[in-house]
Amino acid sequence: MSVVLITIVTLAGLGAIAAVILFLASKKFQVFEDPRIDVVEEALPAANCGGCGFPGCRAFAEALVKADDISSMNCPVGGAPTMSIVAGILGKEAGSAKPQVAVLRCNGSCEHRPRLNNYQGAVSCAVAAALYGGETGCSYGCLGCGDCVAACKFDAMYMDEETGLPVIIEENCVACGACVEACPKDIIELRNIGPKSRRIFVSCVNKDKGAVARKSCEVACIGCGKCEKVCAFDAITIKDNLAYIDYEKCKLCRKCVEVCPTNAIHELNFPPRKPKVEKTEPEKEPVA
Amino acid sequence: MLKTFSLGGVHPAENKRSANSPVEVLPVPPVVSIPLAQHIGAPAQALVKKGDEVKVGQVIAQSAGFVSANIHSPVSGKVAKVDQIVDASGYRKDAIIINTEGDEWVEDIDRSAILVKEITASPEAIIKKIGEAGIVGLGGATFPAHVKLSPPPGKTCDVLIINGVECEPYLTSDHRLMLEKGEELLVGIRLLMTALNVKKAIIGIENNKPDAIAHMEKLASEYEGVRVQPLKVQYPQGGEKQLIDACMGRQVPSGKLPIEVGAVVHNVGTAYAVYEAVQKNKPLIERIVTVTGLSLARPANFLTRIGTPISVLIEAAGGLPDDTGKIIGGGPMMGKALTSTEIPVTKGTSGILLMPQPLASRKPVDPCIRCSKCVSVCPMGLSPYLLMPLAEKAIWDRAEEENIMDCIECGSCSFTCPSSRPLLDYIRLGKAKVGQIMRSRTATA
Repeated sequence: MSVVLITIVTLAGLGAIAAVILFLASKKFQVFEDPRIDVVEEALPAANCGGCGFPGCRAFAEALVKADDISSMNCPVGGAPTMSIVAGILGKEAGSAKPQVAVLRCNGSCEHRPRLNNYQGAVSCAVAAALYGGETGCSYGCLGCGDCVAACKFDAMYMDEETGLPVIIEENCVACGACVEACPKDIIELRNIGPKSRRIFVSCVNKDKGAVARKSCEVACIGCGKCEKVCAFDAITIKDNLAYIDYEKCKLCRKCVEVCPTNAIHELNFPPRKPKVEKTEPEKEPVA
Repeated sequence: MLKTFSLGGVHPAENKRSANSPVEVLPVPPVVSIPLAQHIGAPAQALVKKGDEVKVGQVIAQSAGFVSANIHSPVSGKVAKVDQIVDASGYRKDAIIINTEGDEWVEDIDRSAILVKEITASPEAIIKKIGEAGIVGLGGATFPAHVKLSPPPGKTCDVLIINGVECEPYLTSDHRLMLEKGEELLVGIRLLMTALNVKKAIIGIENNKPDAIAHMEKLASEYEGVRVQPLKVQYPQGGEKQLIDACMGRQVPSGKLPIEVGAVVHNVGTAYAVYEAVQKNKPLIERIVTVTGLSLARPANFLTRIGTPISVLIEAAGGLPDDTGKIIGGGPMMGKALTSTEIPVTKGTSGILLMPQPLASRKPVDPCIRCSKCVSVCPMGLSPYLLMPLAEKAIWDRAEEENIMDCIECGSCSFTCPSSRPLLDYIRLGKAKVGQIMRSRTATA
């Protein structure tokens, strides 16, 4: 009997001593963590995409709680609604970042941009770009190996077999910027979604001289400057034989789209144009 | 037993079809395009503009920094334009395009075939002359030669190794040079020895060139301190570090240059160019290019002016065979596929190889079966099977720990892989990224 008793007493004693040590240690080495971090993290979308510039939602929550001014911080996935909730929790002012979406600045499909050689190396844009200029005469355009699609965590991209170019599914895109990072040719850009999802952008990044660019791709920007001249809002600049439209300044008038001789400027989600009312010239008599 | 390097290596089919074709002088082409970046380091700066008259041997682009090289006009005529052309990589790069008129040389170049044996120049004068003549490593790496001849302070060199290995299959330009210009070559070696102030030079030649070994041994017996080292046929014996190991038994430490073990390596082509520059005052304006391939009608070695379009060379060698699947600039192991036949011959073009189908195509990629063949053939003792996924998954810190930067890109791993995995493709990408990271680290530190 006494053996049982001794055992119980010894173990209970050991347990009590350990409890005291653990209690003291937890007091001594306690790390204070702001309880608001957990609340903020709860409010974030838990996508852990890194689009905010921090490694995951937890790190972003910590940064939000720590920062005095969060107006320049934005969660691209949650957008303004999420940020206003977070601002409410923290009693800080939310920023007014406009929602963005990825756009593909290359339209060199198989049809527009003839293939001059056949790449058989590893299926990776990064590898291909490190090796050479690409399968076509345009060394700026899409390589078509799909590094961007592999980088997308939101099922917002796929490769179009017919054109050989990636396609962005706007509804799924959260503008996290993973594809922008993955593209070795800097073709993908994040742009404001715009009113009614309407956007105008130059779908080309070719910096070659006009004639050279045109020769390798039918729909290349040739840097002719017509769009720059027609733009009433100074939104278009030409640099290195390439036009760029500033989405903050663009008023979506679509004049540049009309004047572009190579159809390099794209308009998205606009209603179909009214058929142009041609000036009815009296029909000439066919010359005999 | 014949000497070779201690780790790894492969033995691809040699196919040296042009080994018995004497060097032919290719006629001067009507138009040449000379890229400004023909060497490792900063591209040269153009000194001429449209409409300028140039003579053969005139400097047309100037070295732009310590690691850079002058470029001389390989023809006489009028500069058509200074514009961008598509180079071997498919990117557009700056180049000087010259329309040939006649063949008028700069006066002070000695064009006679008389052998000038006596060395009068001082070491400094030799190095200066080599720098002025725009000589770069003609084995293919195109590293400016004068830089290699100026060891960093505190480092000394006791042996000069001359690379006559030509371990790449198909290529024979160095082989022919040793047979036809052996005497000049040895004077070139002497000049390099004087410049480096070394007493010993070893010419490494693989055993598949017995005629070259015999010829060079006979000639070298008259030159004190110079000896020929026959080597076992093993790729990549021509790699700088492998050659030092094979000839001297010295191993270059990881991340260090050959000077660390007291050796400097130069190609036989470079040594010949040094002879011409110092003794004959002739800058680097032409080189021997092997044009070869399994189905080519007349594989040959051409003495070609820099800037000649490769289409001219292919035509001279019997025209493009119908079954050509790939045109490679250089050898089959380390050469680069060319995207056009209008690409010019540059200082680094050792050969033009026309690969027939289906040899030119890659086989379908299978999963890694962990056979470790890549590990056993790697001459640098790396683990390519591991480096490839590290680069694929962008785990750069691990790749750096696994010494990815030691890779010499010889391609033995990809060559031997039974699953045809693109090992080197990814390792090359990894090297570029890790190199970038390491450079940014030293820049911020």
